[in-house]
Amino acid sequence: MTETENIYKKRQILSAQIDLSKFNKKNFDKATDEEKKQQEVMGESSSFLKDGLRRLRKNHMAMASIIILIALIVAIIVIPMIVPYSYSDMITVNGHRDGTAVNLPPMYYSQRELQYMQETGEKLFPHILGTDSLGRDYFIRVVYGTRVSLSVGVVSAVMVLIIGVIYGTISGYFGGKVDLIMMRIVDIIYSLPDMLIIILLSVVLNARLTPLIKGTVLAKLGGNMLAMFIVFALLYWVGMARLVRGQILSIKNNEYILAAKAIGTPNGQIMRKHIVPNVLSIIIITTALQVPSAIFTESYLSFLGLGVNLPMTSLGSLANDARATITSAPYRLLVPALVIVVIVLALNLIGDGLRDAFDSKLN
Amino acid sequence: MSENEKKPLLKVEHLKQYFPVSQGFHKIPLKAVDDISFEIMPGETLGLVGESGCGKTTVGRTILRLYEPTAGRIAFEDQVLFDSGELYDEEGNQILDEKGRPKKGRRVEVNMLPYRKKMQMVFQDPYSSLDPRMTVEEIVGEPLDTHHLYKNKKERREKVLSLLETVGLNAEHAMRYAHEFSGGQRQRIGIARALAVNPSFIVCDEAVSALDVSIQAQVLNMFEDLQDKLGIAYLFIAHDLLVVQHISDRIAVMYLGHMMEIADADELMNHPIHPYTLSLLSAIPIPDPETARHSHRIILEGDVPSPLHMPTGCPFRTRCKYATEKCAMERPPLTDRGNGHKCACWNR
Repeated sequence: MTETENIYKKRQILSAQIDLSKFNKKNFDKATDEEKKQQEVMGESSSFLKDGLRRLRKNHMAMASIIILIALIVAIIVIPMIVPYSYSDMITVNGHRDGTAVNLPPMYYSQRELQYMQETGEKLFPHILGTDSLGRDYFIRVVYGTRVSLSVGVVSAVMVLIIGVIYGTISGYFGGKVDLIMMRIVDIIYSLPDMLIIILLSVVLNARLTPLIKGTVLAKLGGNMLAMFIVFALLYWVGMARLVRGQILSIKNNEYILAAKAIGTPNGQIMRKHIVPNVLSIIIITTALQVPSAIFTESYLSFLGLGVNLPMTSLGSLANDARATITSAPYRLLVPALVIVVIVLALNLIGDGLRDAFDSKLN
Repeated sequence: MSENEKKPLLKVEHLKQYFPVSQGFHKIPLKAVDDISFEIMPGETLGLVGESGCGKTTVGRTILRLYEPTAGRIAFEDQVLFDSGELYDEEGNQILDEKGRPKKGRRVEVNMLPYRKKMQMVFQDPYSSLDPRMTVEEIVGEPLDTHHLYKNKKERREKVLSLLETVGLNAEHAMRYAHEFSGGQRQRIGIARALAVNPSFIVCDEAVSALDVSIQAQVLNMFEDLQDKLGIAYLFIAHDLLVVQHISDRIAVMYLGHMMEIADADELMNHPIHPYTLSLLSAIPIPDPETARHSHRIILEGDVPSPLHMPTGCPFRTRCKYATEKCAMERPPLTDRGNGHKCACWNR
């Protein structure tokens, strides 16, 4: 052992000094460029969206709900193309109305249909859920009812989204007196009893709208339906507006908003580029949760007889009609009720899943 | 020095910024900045120091008109950006009319958009000053978009990349999000954003306070390099006196919204006049324990008075050991003590 190496040797047994004589010189070589590069490797760049989707995919309940909902949407689009019956007309056999096909139990044929099948050997499409008291295929009516209910939910959620986001963003961003006035208007709307206003408005609007839309595509839906849309748009955006405003008030104080102002970015662009993307997650979640609540409201309005015009139907009005036959054919109430439950539950679970995945405050 | 260089880049006169604070039914003005005047020459760094809540940040933001000033005059490159119209005589006293109300001249408010290209800001908090939903390229490219500083997408990208290179980041970083960076890197992104419009003046609002010491040095050196290269003037707001001394040509000391002392950096550090500056300087930690043992620390008594209930006369008198009756009666003016060293004190 040479003199220089001796310096590195531990002098005392109890000393905490590292015994350098145990290492050879190679351990202290400078890192090569290649080794340095290994240190520089950063994680895969992951955006907010990617992160959220990854978390969403791990949520089995939400994923199952999404699949069920997609299946349901595909079904209500495809089934009317396959099933040869109409939601609005009595069942016809060979071009003649079939008076015997009233109140059929599921999977039964009427006398005339049986006769017709015997004569021609042709197989008629089964009445999966039987027929109603007017001789209409019940299954196709449920499918159409689901269509109507879902579209009411989606359309009203979109309307709530648009009005609420614009209103809330303006109110929250400008603050001060603008905010004060806009929020008092919201408070007034909030304090109105929803149910009363909905019923009054749909009665009044229905009378006004029906002559206006005569002959157009909208007439099929009926004035009641349009009245309902307008009512939703008028009343239900306030919750969204409040929520968005609250979020924006907190985001507004971030320095990146001030930085954008210092850059000279116009107000509109600050809202679009900085504020809305940062409240987007909350907006999406609330919209997803808005859909089932709209479906629910539509259902009980239809149940009260304020829903779509006959012969168009919705899940709520199907349930209402089924009350008459609740003892003889309880499945007529159960089926639409079950569909409502499935839709509402699935959408709520999706909304919850989205919130867990995208709301940064929970992570 | 040529004639051209003597013109100040930024001239702030009698700047006031009050915020209304409601107390019950009354609205009381919170005097965040009260009558401040200073000049910044092209390529110069003015350090602005003072304790927390004394209005340093407000000064910086008001100059950029991120807040609408209550009163005063801001001129940049000979162009008046804001003038509330109050008139002052040569000694700095407000000219009043017969009824004792301030005499008003013409009010000027200039559209700031063209000046946003010349005056920029670097923010204190490297975490909240970058939008978490944007990539670095979008953040740095935003000022380019606002001021239409490119012809096509390719040119925009090239500009962004060269800006990132200027602040010591590389092209690989452009596609990443702000949360993927460390504090020092984030601050560099913030600086790149400020540099994007090629400004001649940058307000650095506690730009290094949130960084740890080794990174502070890197960023400070970068500020100096950029100044040498691009001739940018800084208003450097900080509470760390050593940092300010290191980077500043001149230093201004603020207390409770008022300017207490302003002088060349070395002059202020070596020959402070104002009692508040003296106590601030005595609070600088001394790295050598032997010297520190013999140094005398001036400890101020009491708390900073609330800016809602400002003391009469000199704002510092409640904590000043030299305070006399005169201090309570009248506010001391900022007077020249030679060599451009100005101080607002009756007794020293």
